[in-house]
Amino acid sequence: MQLALKNEQFRRNKIHPQKFALWAGIAAMVMLFAGFTSAYIVRQAAGNWLEFQLPNLFYINTVVILLSSLTLQGAYYSFKKGNEALYKMLLVVSFLLGISFLILQYNGWTELMAIGVDLGRNPSGDFVYVISGTHAAHVLGGLGVLFVAISHSFGLKYKVTEKRKLRFELTLIYWHFVDFLWLYLIGFFLMQG
Amino acid sequence: MSSVTTAVPAKPYDDNLLIEEFGYEDHFHEHHHGDKYQSNFITHYIFSQDHKIIGRQFLITGMFWALIGAGMSIIFRLQLGFPEESLAWLKPLLGKWIEINAETGMGTLSPEFYYALVTMHGTIIVFFVLTAGLSGTFSNLLIPLQIGARDMASPLLNMFSYWFFFLASVVMFYSMFLSTGPFSGGWTAYPPLSVLPQASSGSGAGMTLWLVSLVLFVISVGLGGINYITTVLNLRTKGMNMWRMPLTIWAFFVTAILALLSFPVLVSGFFLLMFDRGMGTSFYLSEIFIAGEALPNVGGSAILYQHLFWFLGHPEVYIIILPAMGLVSEVLSVHCRKPIFGYKAMVYSILAIGFLSFIVWAHHMFMSGVNPFISNFFVIFTLIIAVPSAVKVFNWITTVYRGNIRFNSASLFSIGFVSMFISGGLTGIFLGNSAIDIQMHDNYFVIAHFHIVMGIAAFFGMFAGIYHWFPKMYGRFMNETLGKIHFWGTLVGAYAIFWPMHYLGLAGLPRRYYSFDQFDTFRQFAEINKFITVAAIIVFALQVLFVINFFYSIWKGRKMTTKNPWGATTLEWTTPIKTGHGNWPGKIPTVQRWAYDYGKDGREFIPQIEPLAEGESDLGH
Repeated sequence: MQLALKNEQFRRNKIHPQKFALWAGIAAMVMLFAGFTSAYIVRQAAGNWLEFQLPNLFYINTVVILLSSLTLQGAYYSFKKGNEALYKMLLVVSFLLGISFLILQYNGWTELMAIGVDLGRNPSGDFVYVISGTHAAHVLGGLGVLFVAISHSFGLKYKVTEKRKLRFELTLIYWHFVDFLWLYLIGFFLMQG
Repeated sequence: MSSVTTAVPAKPYDDNLLIEEFGYEDHFHEHHHGDKYQSNFITHYIFSQDHKIIGRQFLITGMFWALIGAGMSIIFRLQLGFPEESLAWLKPLLGKWIEINAETGMGTLSPEFYYALVTMHGTIIVFFVLTAGLSGTFSNLLIPLQIGARDMASPLLNMFSYWFFFLASVVMFYSMFLSTGPFSGGWTAYPPLSVLPQASSGSGAGMTLWLVSLVLFVISVGLGGINYITTVLNLRTKGMNMWRMPLTIWAFFVTAILALLSFPVLVSGFFLLMFDRGMGTSFYLSEIFIAGEALPNVGGSAILYQHLFWFLGHPEVYIIILPAMGLVSEVLSVHCRKPIFGYKAMVYSILAIGFLSFIVWAHHMFMSGVNPFISNFFVIFTLIIAVPSAVKVFNWITTVYRGNIRFNSASLFSIGFVSMFISGGLTGIFLGNSAIDIQMHDNYFVIAHFHIVMGIAAFFGMFAGIYHWFPKMYGRFMNETLGKIHFWGTLVGAYAIFWPMHYLGLAGLPRRYYSFDQFDTFRQFAEINKFITVAAIIVFALQVLFVINFFYSIWKGRKMTTKNPWGATTLEWTTPIKTGHGNWPGKIPTVQRWAYDYGKDGREFIPQIEPLAEGESDLGH
């Protein structure tokens, strides 16, 4: 696998190809959500739009996912600096924060249903479900990657190599991306709502 | 080592010496001694990570779909051309979709299945053949070879890209065998036909599988696109700066960017569609009565789907045509033995077309109630696309002009491409005007326009590419006589199919109708429709001939005896005839000049790996 990279092929740019590929993938995901949010704007302008308050859990969750980004960043620094225990601990904490984000998101949806904004009631609520649901799926993917990172951290002997650093950076970039994506989405809901 | 002043080796044509002297050592062969990577049949031919094998996998899967998609068009053309004839002989193939009249024994195509055929024909040709089969094949085959890389940035993702396409194919193929038939609401899948399972027989399970298949397909396109972009930007060999890249690479590169940015928007539209189908939401539905029953949905807008769809849908036609343009530019230059005319203008027009493709989507929606003032915006940008397109056409013609042309299958199909692109493109200027489009929408004029400009033209580009790079893919040549019969027959035949359609369209014949014999106005066109159907059958037979030629030549074609049979300058022809994984057995060649040094300084061609002579300037800069 990865034979082009293993052989230290001449590279054009300082950025590692895998990292660049991840950014390109992120661009595609950004377009997915740009599609959703522009559909939201177009649909909202057409009227028949139910106004409601977003559940408070969504705001609390924003703090949760921001925290998880910070802890993961901390894990990355500890990994580089050789602080093995802190690195493992923060990695696990980030993972747990990620899981709590999903659980709280789920509770947020049930809270929405409790105030009568259930799926199918009005596009204004439906958009929130679809957009936050698709975001949650991306968080779930991030959790999968974090899980791999954790099993590496506990399963492999601790060693700072270029390859493992790169792998960690890829995880980090993606996790920050789903974090900023949520910031954008919650900001978008606030501005439009 | 790539310095300009280094003495040119004694035998300037010997690429082995050139690579040995100027090449870039990456210790590839030391790591891959014995190449256990390709050790068995499964890793070599099936789950291969070699970009050349993956390219061929895309090509052959695409050809399989092309035969099905084109075969479907023959069946519905039979219905349109010979509505009175019995189709009972198709019963063994189509089963219950041919309804047999018990008294007369007359077999008729069921109208539901007619719509399914039209829908599948569009979906298959647009996505599976002209997207995956065209850019999937040639981006994979040519990007690493022409930029001097061992493989793609991520061979693993590249393999997944093919297998997601394969899965999408399996799901779509399966949907054709449902008892309710495949989706039948048109390839654009507009709501409400695509939302309400009770809307038509194909709107239930057929539509569900259609959606699943296309989401899988988008994943395939995304994985491929990420790889193509990264490879072009990160893995070019030494000396291969952007202005030395062949136009093929530029075209694939911009195509991948378009695909990566536009397909996700389609997916967002599909997600909303799925929620409407399964979760009771009303994104696209509003105040609907169906079969006398009022549905609870309120407040949705079908136009919203159209915006999301065409935000992909328009870049998609450039995703189809840009790779063909790139292939044609390269093939024309090689076989006319002349540098491509206006290389930089070609690059800039590819970029301009790519950019403009994102801001013209609503020209597909002039009839949908879009505000006429907004239409003006889209009309203007649509017409502006004619400028870079005309620049490209001018440059192709100027490249051919006074060239020392080799008339072989590859170059003929390239010239045919230019012809098709001109005649199909000109009608685009009519349709791009909203005032004219309101009269012309949804009739055969539109069918003629887009089939010529992006259907036939893209196929011609693909054929040019296949005939030209076949030796690189299989180490043998395709049969030239059959190739020329294929070209002349298809050129004349394709015009015979689609030119009369302009006339039918101007006379008001609407597209997608199952039958015209109920209308006095349209009955007079029965003879023209017959003529079109006969032409379509002949053209289809010629494509079967091409497929036979293709597979025959893989095993029995004339063998390639030299590395560079066409006398081309680009890097793929410096690899061994039997190109292994990793492409070059030793060093990676470095690039010393642009890709189009033909007929320079009294030499027929100068390969890209040959250093500039003293005082010689590189035309790429």
